[in-house]
Amino acid sequence: MKQYFKYIAILALGIVSCEPEFDNPVDEAGAYSNGEADFSRYVALGNSLTAGYADNALYITGQENSYPNILAQQFEKTQDIQDFTIPFMSDNAGGLLAGGNQITNNRLVLSVVNGDTLPRVYTGMQPTTEVGNVQQGPFSNMGVPGAKSYHLGAAGYGNVQGIAVGTANPYFARFASAPNASVMEDALAQDPTFFSLWIGNNDVLGYARTGGTGVYQLNNLQPSTYADNDITDPNVFASVYSEMVQALAANASGGVVINIPDVASVPFFTRVPVNAIPLDAQTAAALNQQFSAYNTQVLPGLVQAGFITAEEAQSRQINFAEGQNYVTLQDESLTNIGQAIQGAPFNLDPQTAGLLSQLRQATPTDLIPLTSSGILGTPVGDNPNMINGVSVPLGDEHVLTNAEQELIRDATTRYNQVISGLAEANGLAFVDANAMLNKLASDGISFDGGFVTSDFVTGGAFSLDGIHLTPRGNAIVSNRIIDAINTTYNADVPKVNVGAYGTVTYNNEVQ
Amino acid sequence: MRKLLFLGLFGLMAAVTYAGGYRVSLQGQRSLAMGHTGVAVVNNAELAFFNPAGLVYLENKINVAAGASAVFSNVKYQNSEFGISSETDSAVGTPFYVYGSYRVNDWLTLGLAAYTPYGSSVEWPTDWAGSHLVNNIDLQAIYIQALASVKISDKLSVGGGPIYVNGSVNFNRNLNRTLTDLDGNRSNVTVDASGVSAFGWSASAMYNATEDLRFGINYRSEIMVEAEGGDATFQNVPNSPLTPFQDTQFDAALPMPAELSVGLSYELLDKWLFAFDYNMTYWDVYESLDIDFANATPDSNNPRNYKNSSTYRFGLQYLANETVTLRVGYYFDESPVQSGYFAPETPRNDAHGFTGGLSLHVSDRFSIDAAFLYNRYEEVDESYNYYTENGETVPFEGTYKTSAFIPGLGVTYKL
Repeated sequence: MKQYFKYIAILALGIVSCEPEFDNPVDEAGAYSNGEADFSRYVALGNSLTAGYADNALYITGQENSYPNILAQQFEKTQDIQDFTIPFMSDNAGGLLAGGNQITNNRLVLSVVNGDTLPRVYTGMQPTTEVGNVQQGPFSNMGVPGAKSYHLGAAGYGNVQGIAVGTANPYFARFASAPNASVMEDALAQDPTFFSLWIGNNDVLGYARTGGTGVYQLNNLQPSTYADNDITDPNVFASVYSEMVQALAANASGGVVINIPDVASVPFFTRVPVNAIPLDAQTAAALNQQFSAYNTQVLPGLVQAGFITAEEAQSRQINFAEGQNYVTLQDESLTNIGQAIQGAPFNLDPQTAGLLSQLRQATPTDLIPLTSSGILGTPVGDNPNMINGVSVPLGDEHVLTNAEQELIRDATTRYNQVISGLAEANGLAFVDANAMLNKLASDGISFDGGFVTSDFVTGGAFSLDGIHLTPRGNAIVSNRIIDAINTTYNADVPKVNVGAYGTVTYNNEVQ
Repeated sequence: MRKLLFLGLFGLMAAVTYAGGYRVSLQGQRSLAMGHTGVAVVNNAELAFFNPAGLVYLENKINVAAGASAVFSNVKYQNSEFGISSETDSAVGTPFYVYGSYRVNDWLTLGLAAYTPYGSSVEWPTDWAGSHLVNNIDLQAIYIQALASVKISDKLSVGGGPIYVNGSVNFNRNLNRTLTDLDGNRSNVTVDASGVSAFGWSASAMYNATEDLRFGINYRSEIMVEAEGGDATFQNVPNSPLTPFQDTQFDAALPMPAELSVGLSYELLDKWLFAFDYNMTYWDVYESLDIDFANATPDSNNPRNYKNSSTYRFGLQYLANETVTLRVGYYFDESPVQSGYFAPETPRNDAHGFTGGLSLHVSDRFSIDAAFLYNRYEEVDESYNYYTENGETVPFEGTYKTSAFIPGLGVTYKL
């Protein structure tokens, strides 16, 4: 009798240990392959895009959904890798503190206030990330928000003392191994077996997001003399980029480099329409009446005087009509007529002359930064006859004109030639993020839940700041990188399911 | 925008579901050891479930059978395109039965039965790849039945009686594939209802064609278990008017489908007994799982579209000696889940069941009954295609492999 019970007990044990097994389990060695690449010590270098910055801030879940962290999780399916370490922020609010004072804003969240669904700054908690509280590395994700190409090799870029004077970056200060360390130095010290490098975006973006107030530093080989809103000289870019690639590739099994998108493809510049001014017939007629003397006497008079060309006069015509109208703006590339029209025969008062000095109406090729949307159509002071973007032209910082975009395009094209050239010369994987973002903006990219597009808020690719990617956008980038790695290194790294990654965050704890 | 979001979150709410086929056929160790046959077998009080008409043919005045099984069942999921895999960590299920019969006179026997023919317990890792369909589910239903068995002649008897069901369900899933609160915690909903009552009946007949050959038929009615006023609890929902999910009540109905069994048994050389049962389970009643929320939360409709399914059962019994009776069996259990409706609440495909067991007759009155069941499932590539997100249907695809090992113990007492 007892024996029977014993057999039953043994049988029961056998049952418990019996697990379902697949013919080809994906979680066992050999299911995927790292090919000729060795991902065991993967280090990611770059700027905010690499750090996982989103919604105008760096915060924990954004860092978790950064493309390098997504990649590391997929790499791990092909071989044993070292833990992918991230200099995590202290919270999901996102703002930075320096000596207890907040120096950067909290993240943006999508909120509904009085029926308006808009991104607003999250105020549900005070930020808790203190810049001076240096994190112990080394860190695999070396992405530093705000970094330009020439910053990665700059010693002291993480020196807390340099933040206030602008020589150091608060995000790097949080995890630099020493005050005098450079990003590259800390990266190379980890002896990476594989690297990714996505840098150069800020070399044009600083200029673009300020509406082109800076200058294109063509032929200025001294980046230390550049302002934050300048465009980096392509030769400077080529030299620092090449140096970094050489240093990183020297001991690594391989790496991937990612090029620079066209700024005009991101919602920060495409969201606000240039013809943002709605007018009824009556107001349009009244405005045309106001500008009538300017259109029919001042401009032809200046042409006659040989002060401007007929072509320029044509481009400076101001006309309104019922419906949507193009904004008016100050274009610094136009001839300044402010002095001329104060004299005879026009004899305009200085204020009017100032408004007309470099006035024109926008064309479809001009871009308005997202951050300038709030000013459009607002009165200057309380004067109902002084409307920004209509009777009062938008300042230079509120419009990225086509001429300014040309400079950005020129620099971007040259940077990208450097990047693809170095990729080829060094046998590195190369990802054309420029083409990818253009595709997002034009057709969208399909996934199992529809299409991801560049549309602001609803498109799914861009976070609420209109520049940085959502987790879903990062997943798309990751898949492109995986494609490039698989091709270049004869690897079989599985992709991620784009639809499993989220987009924008809803929250109503805002002011 | 808000309407779209609602559609996204709930239009496709994937399920308060229990199992693709949440029938649990473990209603007697002696029957189970013989492939869960029994509609035409007169053996012990297990007849209360398999064919109450046969109770009147039991030799003793009082018959009792009781037992329980331990269900060790796990399911693995993987998707090779993305390199993801998950395995359930389900609690051990313990379906049980208690049957008793009392012979009132030569032509009438009365009985009582309690058993658990439907249930499911599946626990996936929280936030796994299919968490928008189910994180975990626990379904229980206890049937309590009063029985009468009437002998019409030595060859023919009929039986049956009313059934009272007491059921409970607890189910959790994420609201969709990506919604989180500010800290990245996935938004999810738990629906919970217990003490849900419902009624049904069963009726049966047994015909003894010769001394060795019996035929049986048993029909158990469909019972619709309707949960009214259950609790729906939402967790980690963003603090936003765009996602206005608030805890509320829900109504939902889940069918315990009708089942028809027909079969025969044939006794050979006094020591051998062969039995065959055919079961038809009328799963087509399970078209959709609909959850109506009491507040403004949009209702959730989840197509299931089950089909009627057949099970073919074979059993053999051998009286080895005075104390030991040996049994083996086999069955083929067709899944009611149609391709494209393979939801991970009960990812069950066709099963081959192999059974064995024995009885030890400790005394004239008392026996111990043991049985085990091993279910063999093929690895299957399947998907659930009726989850929708922003108006797009998003299939949840992958490879599933299930294992089930079920030992059970019971006792038989007769007086």
